[in-house]
Amino acid sequence: MIISVASGKGGTGKTTVSTNLSFLIENSLIADCDVEEPNVSIFLKPEISKKEIVTLFYPEVNKELCNTCGKCSEVCAYKAINVFKKSKSVFFMEHLCHSCGACTYFCPQKAIFEVSKRIGIIEYGRYKDVSYAGAVLDEGNIKAPQLIRELKKRIDKTKNIIIDAPPSTSCSMVAAVEDSDFCIMVTEPTLFGLNDLLLAVDVVKKMNIKFGVLINRFRENSDFENILKSKNINIIGKIPFDIDIARMYSRGEILVENPKYRDVFLKIYENLKKLL
Amino acid sequence: MKIAVSSMGESIDSLVSEKFGRAPYFVIYDTETQKSYSIKNDADKLEHGAGPNAVKKIMDEGCEVVLTGNLGGNALSAIKEAGIKYFTQMNPNKKVKEVIEEYLAKLK
Repeated sequence: MIISVASGKGGTGKTTVSTNLSFLIENSLIADCDVEEPNVSIFLKPEISKKEIVTLFYPEVNKELCNTCGKCSEVCAYKAINVFKKSKSVFFMEHLCHSCGACTYFCPQKAIFEVSKRIGIIEYGRYKDVSYAGAVLDEGNIKAPQLIRELKKRIDKTKNIIIDAPPSTSCSMVAAVEDSDFCIMVTEPTLFGLNDLLLAVDVVKKMNIKFGVLINRFRENSDFENILKSKNINIIGKIPFDIDIARMYSRGEILVENPKYRDVFLKIYENLKKLL
Repeated sequence: MKIAVSSMGESIDSLVSEKFGRAPYFVIYDTETQKSYSIKNDADKLEHGAGPNAVKKIMDEGCEVVLTGNLGGNALSAIKEAGIKYFTQMNPNKKVKEVIEEYLAKLK
């Protein structure tokens, strides 16, 4: 089972929800897919047992074999490799390359070979009964979706996986939520929260992923719930607007370790189970 | 010497295109023959890499100078690599003919 936690707007409480649920779900593994700003480990404080370096393949051209025929540029869907026939040079732009290998495969001269370059790391660990895997993208690197997919490939599929997705509706968010059985969309009852939530809802609908919305910082007597209901959006739970939650969060504490909030998350988990 | 100008249309009387990589056309003027022709920029159909693709087209035409409104990051690194001279900030309210004349006047 794979449950992803996404949001649209940032800072709505994805990590709060994913880390706390990982304590309630049996045989759980939490995967931090927010590779540009990973923060699950701040709350989980796992003991790291293993680190792996993640690399991607990039083309490199042997200038002695290359006859600047231009086939590589023709087959490149992203125009990351360009051949300037006049100056007989091949110009490669790494940040446009998607490491598909087409240029290497189609080169008639066999002048292109692949070299691997590091994009980030994946670390594994655990805290109590919760397994942890998180990826960290190297500074300045932009291959976040590729790193997220690599992380998802490498984690133990026999576990119940909880994915902490990055915010927004970008390629990284799509890479994080794809193939999940259910997506919890965390929002806050503000106009910003609503606007970005609806964008993200459109994305998961298009991906045919079952989803439910969790309202964080919920206040009674607001019409936020009714707005969601009028749009036929399923609400799977609410986390109250509570100064003590904010205090615990700022100290990096796990809410379910406090009986008062354990019930809040148990109720969310019960609702979730019914929908799975 | 061939000069390429990013253009909104096919003729030398068309307006200059502010965009380079996603310009609809390039009008190419040859200072030796004093004649011009245009090429359609099919890069507008590309999702990515329109800039470098346009540089490649211009280079394959043998142009030595590019006059345009603005060069994107990818186009800029490609044009430097290709060793083509480039001048940006061309006024999009002007005709291709006018910016070529102004450029040639400055050369004298």
